[in-house]
Amino acid sequence: MAQIDIRQLSHTYQDEAYAGDDFALRELDLSWQDGGAYALLGPSGCGKSTLLRVISGLLRPTSGQVLFDGQDVTHRTARERHVAEVFQFPVVYETMSVFDNLAFPLLNRGMSKAAAAERVAEVAELLDLGGALRRKSSSLDAAARQLVSLGRGLVRTDVNAILFDEPLTVVDPQDKWILRTRLKQLHRTFGLTMVYVTHDQTEALTFAETVMVMRDGRILQSGTPAELFNRPAHKFVGQFVGSPGMNFIPCESGDDGIEIHGQALPLHIPRHRETHAGPCELGIRPEHLHLSRSTEGLAAKLLTVEETSRRKLAYLDLAGTSICVSLPQDEEIPADGHHVMFDSQHALIYSDERLLESAR
Amino acid sequence: MNVQRLLPRLHIVFILLPVYWLVNMSFKTNDEILSTLTLWPKDFTLGNYVTILTDASWYSGYINTMIYVLMNTLISVSLALPAAYAFSRYRFLGDKHLFFWLLSNRMAPPAVFALPFFQLYSSVGLFDTHIAVALAHTLFNIPLAVWILEGFMSGIPKEIDETAYIDGYAFPRFFSRIFMPMIASGVGVTAFFCFMFSWVELLLARTLTSVSAKPISAIMTRTVSASGLDWGVLAAAGTLTIIPGLLVIYFVRNHIARGFALGRV
Amino acid sequence: MNAGKRYNAKAWWLVLPVVLVVAFNAVIPLMTVVNYSVQDTFGNNQFFWVGLEWFDEVLHSERFAAALGRQVLFTTLVLVIEIPLGLIIALGLPTRGWRASAYMMLLALPLLIPWNVVGTIWQIFGRIDIGLAGALINAVGIDYNYTQNPFDAWVTVIAMDVWHWTSLVALLCYAGLRSIPNAYYQAAEIDGASRWAVFRFVQLPRLRQVLVIAFLLRFMDSFMIYTEPFVVTGGGPGNATTFLSIDLVKLAIGQFDLGQAAAMSLVYFLIVLVVCWLFYTATSLRETHVETRAEGGR
Repeated sequence: MAQIDIRQLSHTYQDEAYAGDDFALRELDLSWQDGGAYALLGPSGCGKSTLLRVISGLLRPTSGQVLFDGQDVTHRTARERHVAEVFQFPVVYETMSVFDNLAFPLLNRGMSKAAAAERVAEVAELLDLGGALRRKSSSLDAAARQLVSLGRGLVRTDVNAILFDEPLTVVDPQDKWILRTRLKQLHRTFGLTMVYVTHDQTEALTFAETVMVMRDGRILQSGTPAELFNRPAHKFVGQFVGSPGMNFIPCESGDDGIEIHGQALPLHIPRHRETHAGPCELGIRPEHLHLSRSTEGLAAKLLTVEETSRRKLAYLDLAGTSICVSLPQDEEIPADGHHVMFDSQHALIYSDERLLESAR
Repeated sequence: MNVQRLLPRLHIVFILLPVYWLVNMSFKTNDEILSTLTLWPKDFTLGNYVTILTDASWYSGYINTMIYVLMNTLISVSLALPAAYAFSRYRFLGDKHLFFWLLSNRMAPPAVFALPFFQLYSSVGLFDTHIAVALAHTLFNIPLAVWILEGFMSGIPKEIDETAYIDGYAFPRFFSRIFMPMIASGVGVTAFFCFMFSWVELLLARTLTSVSAKPISAIMTRTVSASGLDWGVLAAAGTLTIIPGLLVIYFVRNHIARGFALGRV
Repeated sequence: MNAGKRYNAKAWWLVLPVVLVVAFNAVIPLMTVVNYSVQDTFGNNQFFWVGLEWFDEVLHSERFAAALGRQVLFTTLVLVIEIPLGLIIALGLPTRGWRASAYMMLLALPLLIPWNVVGTIWQIFGRIDIGLAGALINAVGIDYNYTQNPFDAWVTVIAMDVWHWTSLVALLCYAGLRSIPNAYYQAAEIDGASRWAVFRFVQLPRLRQVLVIAFLLRFMDSFMIYTEPFVVTGGGPGNATTFLSIDLVKLAIGQFDLGQAAAMSLVYFLIVLVVCWLFYTATSLRETHVETRAEGGR
């Protein structure tokens, strides 16, 4: 069990780095509580895997510190840090049986064969691998192999945290859900700190209590799935989280409220924030927009309609910006005269891509 | 750990030492060679090279070898391409057996074929021609080429072929415009290995030639049994044969790993 | 091999050129050889059937047994040295950068030298009068002369083969090692594995296929070796380094002993085929295919 702290962490893969772009990680400060379930969510290249490697000890950062329970472990090797990691590609020792795979980390650390056997049996039960112990690990499918990889981490008694680097990448879609559920169960059972890196928001939002969205080496927002969904602190977070993502419409602050291309909406930027110059954008989720024929809303031109299994997604052109409106499956869409209505309670104002405050 | 780092270095030294000695000798006069042992030519001379480059009975050997090696590479690769495609994309009657039969020719000892080839190629009037050696070498090179190319081709999804057909491509156009560029590095690797195996072979090349198509390897070995051996010239001749190899390695240096990675040499 | 392919009888047209050329080179000469192996001649191109007499003679001949014995010893020594040596060298090679490139270029050098030049290089290198090695060895007091001493001849020939072909094994193993994803090494480090455990459980299993290929290639080529030892020792001193191919060529082209040469050829070819086939089936029973698929079809 461990509290993990990151202080002023930066990392670059290049020999000489000057500009911010050269850095894979930029000035990160984090605190992860003991026993929490965290997710690092972000697109490829955002630095999440780099951060994971720094924490596990496989990578030494250019500058900054990593602390486990207050102790500086920045210069300790992976072995000394008592972390376990599950990788993208299921790593099993193919010439060994499942049992031997699970016992491997214990025997390497000097545990007796008998004690190891006991521990392996315990963990195998929890992972539902009890029946497969004698099988050759090379005969398992991807999902089972990931369980064995995970098992090698759980089997150790000295593990502080388990790190997951996009572990479901090669797992078949139908098995992904099973594994995700299993991971959540294991988190509850063992109470270990778990950090899960992924670019898939479903995985992140269902697994973690706290999700950190990363881009270009920075953490844009850290919060619960609900917070990320309802109050994205950054435009990127709004667009990345939720499917489809949040709409962002350029707007101006007028005397009567927010204006979008000359048309006013009954929303206001709070006074004290008005000094923020720069382009403003109104952020609102497709679920909080409505289509109607009434002229109360803003005029828009219908582009296309997508039907998914649960709802309809209408894509419209609102004075030059494409937006998406989410409609119930059975709602009829008129042929023309479309107007978009805003649910002002859920509208957010962004300046320079950052959240100002809710409008009103 | 230390042994591990040391061994490759030692081996490289081991590799370079005899080569250095050969090159060293190529710049010495026969007198110097036979009289003393020097690490560097006392009387540096280019005379041996001049001899080779001006004496037709020497330089013709290089030309002859080059000719049949290039012929062989061309033939092997062009014939192997459609065959490899067939093995990669289709099932047909006897395909597995055919493939194994092809590979089994790689296991044939050249010595077994020396005399039969001599008789065969003489009987069709191709004795002492470049094409004879080029064809003889295809016995080993075509199976190799088919094997390597099939491996590369199997790495290209069949969906690409099907899409091209749906788009209206006829087979020849599809093959040359779409497929070949995708396996370009595979073709390169194949050509490299065909070149290599044909360039280095002696027995068949010597057996099938006498005067007009005599390869450099045969010319060099003719001097083996003679006494009063011209060591300097021999060393120079040998050094010159190393150069094409060096050039080839240099040009494919970035693909060497990839070629061997196919694990199908 | 047959997964996902369409059945197409027209594929034979694509394969036909290859079949014709290879058959021309393989089938006709082999038929000739078989022909000679069951016949004898009075001279003047008159042949008569003798059945399996030649085979009988070859298989009972001391000369053949001696050549075969030498060949087996040579191949064994060569394999025992080159395979482990190549592997260890590969393990010590740098993984990236210009150094890796440079090493590969230098390692590839012996592979591209014409085989007779390989022989010439070592013929010169080992001579006691004009060769660096020959002279140096004698200078430190060891009696070495490969032209007169059979043992020295063997040492020279083996050293030459190791010099020539170890690179092939090393490059194959190196390529195999590069194909191991980093995650395996990282997981092993996290699992606390020792250096030896990493070699045994991570590297060696992945190298199995490559080692089989290296073994097969080296077995075949060393068993068929002709040029290099012929240039250095001519098969001597005496018969000391007369391996199978050298003996066969002497028999066929030198002595023109067609019947015996033909029978010997067939026996020779058969031995190579059988050993290769045995080895291949024994080792390819375990499919590496499943493993690569489970990794996401890398």
